[in-house]
Amino acid sequence: MARITLENVAHSYLSHPRSEADYALKTINLNWDDGGAYALLGASGCGKTTLLNLISGLRQPSQGRILFDSVDVTEAPTTARNIAQVFQFPVVYDTMTVRQNLAFPLRNRGMDGAYIKRRVEAIAKMIGMAGVLDRRARGLTADAKQKISLGRGMVREDVNAILFDEPLTVIDPHMKWELRTQLKSLHREFGHTMVYVTHDQTEALTFADKVVVMHDGRVVQTGTPQELFEAPEHTFVGYFIGSPGMNLLPAEVRGKTATVAGHAIALAADYGNPQGRVQLGIRPDFVSFDAAGDLPVTVTRVEDIGRRRIVRADFRGTEINAHLPEGEPVPSGATRISFGTAQIGIYVDDWRASPNGAAPGEIA
Amino acid sequence: MLELKGVAKRVRGQTHIYPTDLTLEKGTMNVLLGPTLAGKTTLMRLLAGLDAPSEGRVIWDGRDVTGVRVQDRGVAMVYQQFINYPSMSVYENIASPLRIAGQARDEIDRKVRQTADLLKLSPYLERLPLELSGGQQQRCALARALVKDAGLVLLDEPLANLDYKLREELRAELPRIFQKSGAIFVYATTEPEEALLLGGNTAALWEGRIAQFGPTLDVYRQPCDIVTARVFSNPPMNFTSVRKDGHRLTFGRGVNAPADGVFAGLPDGDYSAGFRANHLGLNVHTGSAIELPCTVGVSEITGSETYLHLHHGDDRWVALLHGVHDIPQDSEVGVFLETRYLYLFDVAGKLAAPAAYAMAA
Amino acid sequence: MDKPVNQRAWFLVLPVFLLVAFSAILPLMTVVNYAFNDTFGSNAFFWVGLEWFEEVLTSERVHEALLRQLLFSAIILAIEIPLGIAVALTLPKRGIGASVCLVILALPLLIPWNVVGTIWQVFARVDIGLLGAFLSQIGVDFNIGQDSIDAWVVLIVMDVWHWTSLVTLLAYAGLQAIPEAYYQAGRIDQASRWAVFRYIELPKMKGVLLIAILLRFMDSFVIYTEPFVVTGGGPGSATTFLSIDLVKMAIGQFDLGPAAAFSIMYFFVILLICWVFYTVMTNLDRQDLPE
Repeated sequence: MARITLENVAHSYLSHPRSEADYALKTINLNWDDGGAYALLGASGCGKTTLLNLISGLRQPSQGRILFDSVDVTEAPTTARNIAQVFQFPVVYDTMTVRQNLAFPLRNRGMDGAYIKRRVEAIAKMIGMAGVLDRRARGLTADAKQKISLGRGMVREDVNAILFDEPLTVIDPHMKWELRTQLKSLHREFGHTMVYVTHDQTEALTFADKVVVMHDGRVVQTGTPQELFEAPEHTFVGYFIGSPGMNLLPAEVRGKTATVAGHAIALAADYGNPQGRVQLGIRPDFVSFDAAGDLPVTVTRVEDIGRRRIVRADFRGTEINAHLPEGEPVPSGATRISFGTAQIGIYVDDWRASPNGAAPGEIA
Repeated sequence: MLELKGVAKRVRGQTHIYPTDLTLEKGTMNVLLGPTLAGKTTLMRLLAGLDAPSEGRVIWDGRDVTGVRVQDRGVAMVYQQFINYPSMSVYENIASPLRIAGQARDEIDRKVRQTADLLKLSPYLERLPLELSGGQQQRCALARALVKDAGLVLLDEPLANLDYKLREELRAELPRIFQKSGAIFVYATTEPEEALLLGGNTAALWEGRIAQFGPTLDVYRQPCDIVTARVFSNPPMNFTSVRKDGHRLTFGRGVNAPADGVFAGLPDGDYSAGFRANHLGLNVHTGSAIELPCTVGVSEITGSETYLHLHHGDDRWVALLHGVHDIPQDSEVGVFLETRYLYLFDVAGKLAAPAAYAMAA
Repeated sequence: MDKPVNQRAWFLVLPVFLLVAFSAILPLMTVVNYAFNDTFGSNAFFWVGLEWFEEVLTSERVHEALLRQLLFSAIILAIEIPLGIAVALTLPKRGIGASVCLVILALPLLIPWNVVGTIWQVFARVDIGLLGAFLSQIGVDFNIGQDSIDAWVVLIVMDVWHWTSLVTLLAYAGLQAIPEAYYQAGRIDQASRWAVFRYIELPKMKGVLLIAILLRFMDSFVIYTEPFVVTGGGPGSATTFLSIDLVKMAIGQFDLGPAAAFSIMYFFVILLICWVFYTVMTNLDRQDLPE
């Protein structure tokens, strides 16, 4: 187990990168605590898998240093880093039995036979495969194979970190619940440093203590799920977290008032007089229908997803989404909406502005 | 109208689809919902005519098309993989089914542009598919399926290979796109939420059988058996055993509830009680709520909600709570459930009493 | 997957069927005719039943040729398969180097059999051959015309030179199909080079290797041109393999009846061995599949 530090790490797939655009990963500084559960969240092509491969040593960064505890491992090969990794698609050794698959990383390190047997059986129990330990891996379903991959990742107790690269892609929704909770309890139990790469916000948020949101080769925000939900630092985080994402409306802000297409909306704090592209952000959860509301909208569509409804409304060509709890009456046609004042965020050139005129991009 | 009459499929002695009757109306969206290997793809292949059924008939608009080749049926299909002609531009890809059908050049141009507009592909018409993002590639495949005006459009988990956010975007667009076409749409998915967002009708599939088919929200709110309830719940539906004894429902650990309303008419005996994760709460809202003692397992926090994994005796439950609740593992809590959210299933797994809230909805 | 049946498709097969009839079935029937009859020319045939078959089956000469043949196939398989895999493993995975290597490897495959035979025949000659003359110079007693071991060595080396590339190319294709993640997992699991080969590469190459073994076995079992050109079956009958023996019997001695019976049995033996090979190897696969 180790604390992982990335200092000024950047990576380009080209041998002579010229401009910033040539970098798949722009300069990144990260500090991950020993025993933490972290998620790297972003769309495909945002650089999250590249970052993971830099940590596992499958790639070397173009610049910067990677430290495990305080040891520089930037140039160290994968085998010397003592990490485990689970891939997107199941990687199992077809000709081996489930037991041999799980034992493989231990056997290669010359562990004692009795220990291997004990450890393999414990892991098999955790991933729910104790009954099929002596089956050949080849004939198993994708679900089962991925469980073996997860198990092989977990089987070593001394690893510096366990890395997961979208491990639940091939798993059915029902099985995802099971595997996710198992991962989480394994983390609680053994305290490994875990890094989980995914494009799926639910997986990232439910798995991690801290989520690193990446966009276009950059880290745009690192925070707890709650921070990402309540105070996204960047409009991308607002859009990417939440389903549907944050509503963003072009606005003019003067002090404690935002004006959206001529309609004044009260703010919780004084934002001064921000310049540039100013937007008001509000999550669908905090939009409510209210006869005395601030903005007139037209309801265009209501989607019932069982436990709640998503109301899609039109405000002068901009779509505003709202959540309605199950059982509440559905508004139709023209109506008015209001926003939860405390939950409104103000964004200047895509970065969250702090109240009292602090510069954009600084954390409130 | 497309009808399956007693259609079954067996391969080398294994039954993939048990005898099935299914009627799909023109201009409807039909979701096949079920886990992997439930038979979704097999059923689609039978509908398309890619496979011949082992028994039963396929009737299209009153005409028996069992055994008619897929080429002669007017079927379009979109797969999980993004399948386009790699050496043709997006324009040519979309135009290809029309060219094969030998349509006039102006007509092809008009239809291609119209479909590209609908799928927001207009700026990319001259590009090659591999130069597009995954989402755009799948839009191109969708456009090719839509442009040919097929009577039956089959979509086999078309969004499964896309990023979560792209999936969300296309999912919201799909019903709008479908509305404009008069075709029969069949959409296979493993995700209950996707079925709900698409609306229309849903068939819940489990191990080669259609457990229930009907309007999506009806199937969701009034599942006819445990199988459907399980398939159509994410997080999984919670179950516990309950005993009806006169005017009383007895849960494990001595919790009681009055057997009134929909439960009053049930014969005494053992039942399985099912309820969804979002109907469990940590606070009492009404007098009709019962308190169930549980041990907390893992809590998963999404930022706005909390998935609380619970152990209730041998039952394993999930509660979906509003807000952030970080409850330490192994602590004892009482969770509250209003009886109007309770479904009772008999020992054979059939719905004995529907949840009262669902009847009202 | 069974498809809706369309009987019209049969008409499309008809031309091929006719072609096969003229090129394979009719000649084969002629052979069958010879195998069950005796003839003294001028199209007069006498029915002799299974007499020719008995003769061939009890012929010591055929037994010896069969043993020689099996030994030859076994030796070249034992050399070419491991060697081919080994070469495939050392080839570069991508880049210009990979293409160059592949082209060079493919060269021997492009040379006609009789040319290969001639090349090696000349190569091994004691008077002017590079190999033969060189060995004589340094005092090695080497003569493929007199020493049967020498003749065998040359034939085997020739076959290995000619055909290992085929195994290499097939194995290389199999290796290319292995996703990178498997190698990464191997590195993370600290698998040794041998373990990577044994548990990742070999299982994934199994399919193409099966094809390579089948092809090489069939080819070597019916080999004719090359040994005929190099040694003519000699010295004595040391390199007289089944097909050479067959030709000697049919054309040399004009024993058409036994030769016909011989070829029919030859055909069935190859069919049988291939079938056994195939079933055994595919069954090894099937054992792991779920019931």
